Amino acid sequence: MSNEEPTTEARTSAPDRSSATTSVDAGEETSDRAAEPDRTIVEARNIDVWYDEDQALRDVSMEVPEKKVTAMIGPSGCGKSTFLRCINRMNDLVDAARVEGELLLGSKNVYDADVDPIALRRRVGIVFQKPNPFPKSIYDNVAYGLEIQDVEGGHDAIVERSLERAALWEEVEDRLEESGLELSGGQQQRLCIARAIATDPEVLLMDEPASALDPIATNQIEDLIEDLAEEYTVIIVTHNMQQAARISDKTAVFLTGGELVEFDDTRQVFESPQSQRVEDYITGKFG
Amino acid sequence: MSTDDLANELTRRTENAPQELLTRAFFFFCAVLSIVTTVAIIVLLTTEAAKFFSLTASLLGVEGQTVSLVDFFTGTTWQTSTGEYGVLPLVAGTLMVVIGSAIIALPLGVGTAIYLSEYASPRLRSKLKPALEILAGIPTVVYGFFALIYITPALGTVLPDIAFFNMASAAIVVGIMIIPMVASISEDAMSAVPDELREAGYGLGATKFDVSAGVVVPAAASGIFSSFILALSRAIGETMAVTIAAGSQARFLNPIDPTAYLEGAMPMTAAMIQLLTGDITGGGLAYRSLFAIGLTLFAITLLMNVISDLVAARYREEYE
Ligand SMILES: Nc1ncnc2c1ncn2[C@@H]1O[C@H](COP(=O)(O)OP(=O)(O)OP(=O)(O)O)[C@@H](O)[C@H]1O
Ligand SMILES: [Mg+2]
Repeated sequence: MSNEEPTTEARTSAPDRSSATTSVDAGEETSDRAAEPDRTIVEARNIDVWYDEDQALRDVSMEVPEKKVTAMIGPSGCGKSTFLRCINRMNDLVDAARVEGELLLGSKNVYDADVDPIALRRRVGIVFQKPNPFPKSIYDNVAYGLEIQDVEGGHDAIVERSLERAALWEEVEDRLEESGLELSGGQQQRLCIARAIATDPEVLLMDEPASALDPIATNQIEDLIEDLAEEYTVIIVTHNMQQAARISDKTAVFLTGGELVEFDDTRQVFESPQSQRVEDYITGKFG
Repeated sequence: MSTDDLANELTRRTENAPQELLTRAFFFFCAVLSIVTTVAIIVLLTTEAAKFFSLTASLLGVEGQTVSLVDFFTGTTWQTSTGEYGVLPLVAGTLMVVIGSAIIALPLGVGTAIYLSEYASPRLRSKLKPALEILAGIPTVVYGFFALIYITPALGTVLPDIAFFNMASAAIVVGIMIIPMVASISEDAMSAVPDELREAGYGLGATKFDVSAGVVVPAAASGIFSSFILALSRAIGETMAVTIAAGSQARFLNPIDPTAYLEGAMPMTAAMIQLLTGDITGGGLAYRSLFAIGLTLFAITLLMNVISDLVAARYREEYE
């Protein structure tokens, strides 16, 4: 699954496709969508999650479009992180967690018995709320995924390209051997993004990636996410509704109890939400 | 509450209440007592050892037989009856215990720690950790006769040349003895590695082995190293088990020759026991040699502790 050739091709062809989608987005939404329907890359079908006896997600179904930014918002404890961790089966690491339903990546249900969660996580990268670089050099941090996947050949070019994509290369090119822990919080988070994209995953999951950062670093991360969406499918959890409105194409609103109450184009969700509860939540937050 | 009451309350000085002062004095006394005891032991050890060496004895103006520093530290024969006080055979004996026990305890201890911290379920861990601590609580004399009665015969089935008293069984038994120490301290260090780092690894598609060996162990390296130093210090100071298992013949063996381990020898601690249990006359040369060995032993363990502290200080912020 992790053979290099096909992914490299996919990468080179990506810019044309993405420029096409960008121009589509600029136009009037509904009609263009009909002209070029989005391909679904992640699809949840009736996902329920329990932690022991407590249900954290109830019957969640949604279709995440490829090479778009999909935001997930909702009050604390409503299950956003839980849903994100279903997608790459990080929930497997939690003994108490139990998942029911189907979660398709492409056409394969990742909860099928024959799916190897390790192989899955190599195709679905994740960036966490708190920057968590390894206590290793900047270079080794980015190369880690390549090492464990036994990617052949020198890693230098991939490390450089990943750091460039994560908008960090210029700041670190002279200090690749320094510890990743010596970077600032915002730089560390971009390092974690570089680390996650080095192995060229299909989907990038981000759990409040900017919430531990100051406004400037947050801006940088937001710009970065919009750029990344040209090549990757980004699914991002955020508490910041302006952020969701700014950077996402689709927005999913979860509410307390683990329900997915609304899932639509971001503009639709923020301008004319279908559900009163969602409207209350959004306007309440905006004051 | 009136303003005066408030002023009174704010100026009460709880810190200086009698019971506060009393408890402070008591804890201060405890702290001082342990420091004073340590200093007293070091002073005693040093002054008595000083009377053993020609150089320092003459400086102190002490009468009686002495041994030169050079003879002591480079002599290859330890035979008190003939007045030969070369410490090298004893140091070699101790070194053999350290090397042999390290070969056993370091890999097994770290392996145990990795299993407990990364692989075992919380339930299993909560059972295994106390079991380890029980292993650490077995009296060392029990380990000693265990070596003599079980380990030596078992080794004898594969190595018929092995002596009844031999360094191999002593080193093995000390190795077994210090596994819990390595395992327990290393496990603490590994458990302290934040879960965020593990999640980072798993999130990139790492296997359990990748995360344990490539993320957790390097991040906990300074703690693991400390466990080695502490455990090996214990191996150096271990007395009962080695005295029983290694015998009391001060042979000068080569610690890096594997066949040497089939023979018996006398580590430093065993030599001290022999001196203490033999008929040593108070104030005589043999009596003073006890302190010379003791001081040498102390110097070695002190050095190891200093190294351990330096390493810990240098690598402390591995994941902060
Ligand atoms: N490891 C766990 N064990 C038990 N319960 C958990 C665990 N993780 C989450 N939960 C519970 O599941 C529910 C959803 O949690 P989740 O972390 O998914 O919420 P969230 O929407 O990400 O919240 P936040 O915005 O605060 O991050 C909460 O009630 C939480 O207490
Ligand atoms: Mg969360």
